[in-house]
Amino acid sequence: MSVELSPMILAIFLPLFGAIAAFIAPRAAWSIGLATLAATTGAVIWLARDVWAKGAVMLPLGGWGAPLGIDLRADGLSVAMLALTSAVGFLVSIAALDSLKDAARQRQYFWPLWLLLLTGMNGVYLSTDLFNLYVMIEVIALAAVGLTVLNGTRDALRAGLEYMYASILGALLFLMGVGFVYLHLGRLDFAGLAGAEVSGSLIAAMALMFVGLALKIALFPLHFWLPAAHANATAPASALLSGLVVKAALYIVLRLAQYMPFPSETLLTLVGLMGAGAVIWGGIQALRAERLKLLVAWSTVAQIGLIFVAFARAGEMGLTESWKAAALLILAHGVAKAAMFLAAGRIKDEIGHDVIRDLDRAPIRPTLAQFTFALAAISLIGLPPSLGFIGKWSLMEGAMAAGYWHWVAVTMAGTLLSVAYFSRVLTAFLRFDRVRAPVGEHQGWALADAAPLTLALAAIGLGLMAAPLLSFIEIGYPFGVAQ
Amino acid sequence: MTDAPLLPLFILLTSLLASPVLFALPERAARLRTAINLGMAGVKLALVAWLSLKVAQGVIYDLRFEVLPGLEFKLQADPLAILFIALSAVLWLITTVYSVGYLEHGPHRARFFGFFSLCVAATVGIAMSGNLFTFLLFYELLTLATYPLVIHRGNAEALRAGRIYLIYTLAGGLVLLLGTLGLWVLAGTTDFVPGGVLADVVAQNPRAAQALFVVLIGALGVKAALVPFHAWLPIAMVAPAPVSALLHAVAVVKAGAFGIMRVVYEVFGIETAQALGVTAPLAMLAAVTILYGSLRAITQDDIKKRLAYSTVSQVSYITLGVALASPIAAVGALAHLIHQGLMKITMFMAAGNLAEGLGVKRVSQMDGVGRAMPGTMLAFTLAALAMIGLPPLAGFVSKWYLAQGGLAAGQAWVIALLLGSSLLNAIYFLPMLHRAWFRDAAPEGAGAPGRPRIGWMLAAPPVTTAVLVLVAGGFANAPFSPLEWTRFIVAIEYQE
Repeated sequence: MSVELSPMILAIFLPLFGAIAAFIAPRAAWSIGLATLAATTGAVIWLARDVWAKGAVMLPLGGWGAPLGIDLRADGLSVAMLALTSAVGFLVSIAALDSLKDAARQRQYFWPLWLLLLTGMNGVYLSTDLFNLYVMIEVIALAAVGLTVLNGTRDALRAGLEYMYASILGALLFLMGVGFVYLHLGRLDFAGLAGAEVSGSLIAAMALMFVGLALKIALFPLHFWLPAAHANATAPASALLSGLVVKAALYIVLRLAQYMPFPSETLLTLVGLMGAGAVIWGGIQALRAERLKLLVAWSTVAQIGLIFVAFARAGEMGLTESWKAAALLILAHGVAKAAMFLAAGRIKDEIGHDVIRDLDRAPIRPTLAQFTFALAAISLIGLPPSLGFIGKWSLMEGAMAAGYWHWVAVTMAGTLLSVAYFSRVLTAFLRFDRVRAPVGEHQGWALADAAPLTLALAAIGLGLMAAPLLSFIEIGYPFGVAQ
Repeated sequence: MTDAPLLPLFILLTSLLASPVLFALPERAARLRTAINLGMAGVKLALVAWLSLKVAQGVIYDLRFEVLPGLEFKLQADPLAILFIALSAVLWLITTVYSVGYLEHGPHRARFFGFFSLCVAATVGIAMSGNLFTFLLFYELLTLATYPLVIHRGNAEALRAGRIYLIYTLAGGLVLLLGTLGLWVLAGTTDFVPGGVLADVVAQNPRAAQALFVVLIGALGVKAALVPFHAWLPIAMVAPAPVSALLHAVAVVKAGAFGIMRVVYEVFGIETAQALGVTAPLAMLAAVTILYGSLRAITQDDIKKRLAYSTVSQVSYITLGVALASPIAAVGALAHLIHQGLMKITMFMAAGNLAEGLGVKRVSQMDGVGRAMPGTMLAFTLAALAMIGLPPLAGFVSKWYLAQGGLAAGQAWVIALLLGSSLLNAIYFLPMLHRAWFRDAAPEGAGAPGRPRIGWMLAAPPVTTAVLVLVAGGFANAPFSPLEWTRFIVAIEYQE
């Protein structure tokens, strides 16, 4: 039986071939990269149309089907994640054209690594069994560590090493969990998991996998590697790492919660508490950060925490709805954080440094990049009408309806903290009395601002399209299958 | 016969779309910027006039789309919305002229007018919001758009004031989010409906409804500068004069007062709110604010600070009129929404002219300024007398209806309160007028007579609004006067 051409296969293998081609032909890497991204985006659009028309689609590779063979499956949630990855990835690539134009070595490795990363992420979003997921997160880790150390600075290398240790440990834990599941059930496909009886060893396996993923997501208190890694990478790499990479592991958590009998209320509360810890601790560290990119990285720690708070917002019974709030926040953060890191990179490039305290001394004000940063901050704080706001609204609505007021309180505290740390930066943009030289107008406007600005505007505008977005995510109703 | 169902959207878009264009214009393109500003303000005024006519004929405008399942972004143009939009459209035009004159050679004009437009768009959005959810969107937009205006000067003092402003308003916004969510969870809708949507909830769970009332009014009270949430208002005075004028007359404090109206009339419904026993405490809070603001105003030497405390006091007339739960008082409250705007904007523009033309920023420097700037001071005087409540000026009309409403509601203390407040108004305004007109200018110093050089763009706007103060009071019974329109609204809210 021949394998028919499917958008799912294209979404995984196009970037893989692109990565190889870009590695072989470094001079043409950027054109190969952009062409691959365009083609992959096309495949995702094709897939989205299929899913929109027919509901969730399944593709047995090699004609065997689970549990023996490998299945690929796409439902609303996976297509949403694929679309996020392609769209954000495409815009980040365009921004990378400009920001890496003077760095030949970085350019040489950026494209193969990024395309490899894309392969891994698309693979995660289409996988239907645990071993496949493990392989894909290893691919992601390999590429992501490479992107972290791309600029070759000392700080980046050190951060990259830490990231690698965390990543390997995380993958190992995940693999152990997968092994336990296999010993216990004899199969690794999602359908097999969904039918399994809850037992002690299954819960232990689940816990192992969760801790492994938490390391990769950088969920508090396992976040130690993230701030340095994301802050020291080169701007487009930071945007990919913060906006997209952590989302792959987050997505796996959502999937596992869907197919595996979820452990008790207590464990869910624990997950929520870790999220709350991240919201508070990430916020406090962002308040203390001295550099712009470090502040943005700490804000990622806090935002990841918020996603877990959303996940736990209404307890075990509410999980069939709560994942949607988490998914909205994942999408919102992906778009807004990519925009923010790119904008921060632009600001750093134009001003020459990113020391927050001295931003208002600069006679150059890259206004468009600053405006982009402000828009992204609006979404991350969760001010209307951004997608971040809608995500937060869903979080608080569910928590309130279920009477879980502590999650409402955590969310509000997190919002205030994010206002406080972002306004440190935004105020500096608007302050002029510490500049000695006259400030020119409309300086630092460049075509390179177009991509981050587009992302930031999308983060704001998507909030008004949340209803169709939600109904799309629900296609194939990812949750409730197990119930 | 809705021949132009999108009219409310167009009105919103006039200033919303002007904003990015203004941001992008280079600093030196002053003429083009002014043309866009005035052109859009003019277009908006025309559209608002058209919309008012249609609404008066009974046309219903209702635009909506779903943001989340069941939760809609909704614009409507009911008579209450028209009242507020008309105010903002008229005053936007006048303030734009004033701002162009005021900032003629200042820095960052592109940024200023960009945010200025955004701020007006937010105000229009607040006016036309058809539910609390939409209201919340524009309420937060208003905060974000006004912050850069408040710190426009960009120095340490402005930034400090801006920080305090931001803390108050964003915290208020967050509480409003909580209240909106609470309403959504309790009632399953956030729509503004005359008569309210909470009757069932109040019957079943009065405690929750009371808590919701406290949360919502507390959140809105921040922008409406109700005691004890008023402290940001006098501090925000570091903003440039046209910003202060707009903040006090239309944008921020009015958004809060307008929100209180919507919540009391169309979320709770006046009868439900009364039955719940929450209107009387609100009236007391308003009364305390009225007296407190006036008392604090007396001791301020800084002109703009004195005016700011006066605003704290005067805006609470609106809340008082709402909370008295009598239709006549409601007429007073609604009319005061307009009247206070006209009076206060006159005074702030006049104060800005004194600072620009003569360098006079303090009450103690005001000796003899009347002779130096007769037009400006005449306008100021008219507005001050109206504030005190001299018939037949606009302020008198509001106070008259409030007092009548108090009597009708069996709350005779309101008369004492209004008399006391008028007395306090006189105590802090009359000395200013006395200095301006009856004292000789100090031979040298800030108030020294000379030829103050202010252009017509600064001189004309306060005179224009002062004339409006006169007209709104003197012709209060003419068709399409604020008062007449107000009666139309009250008939709807009280479902008569």
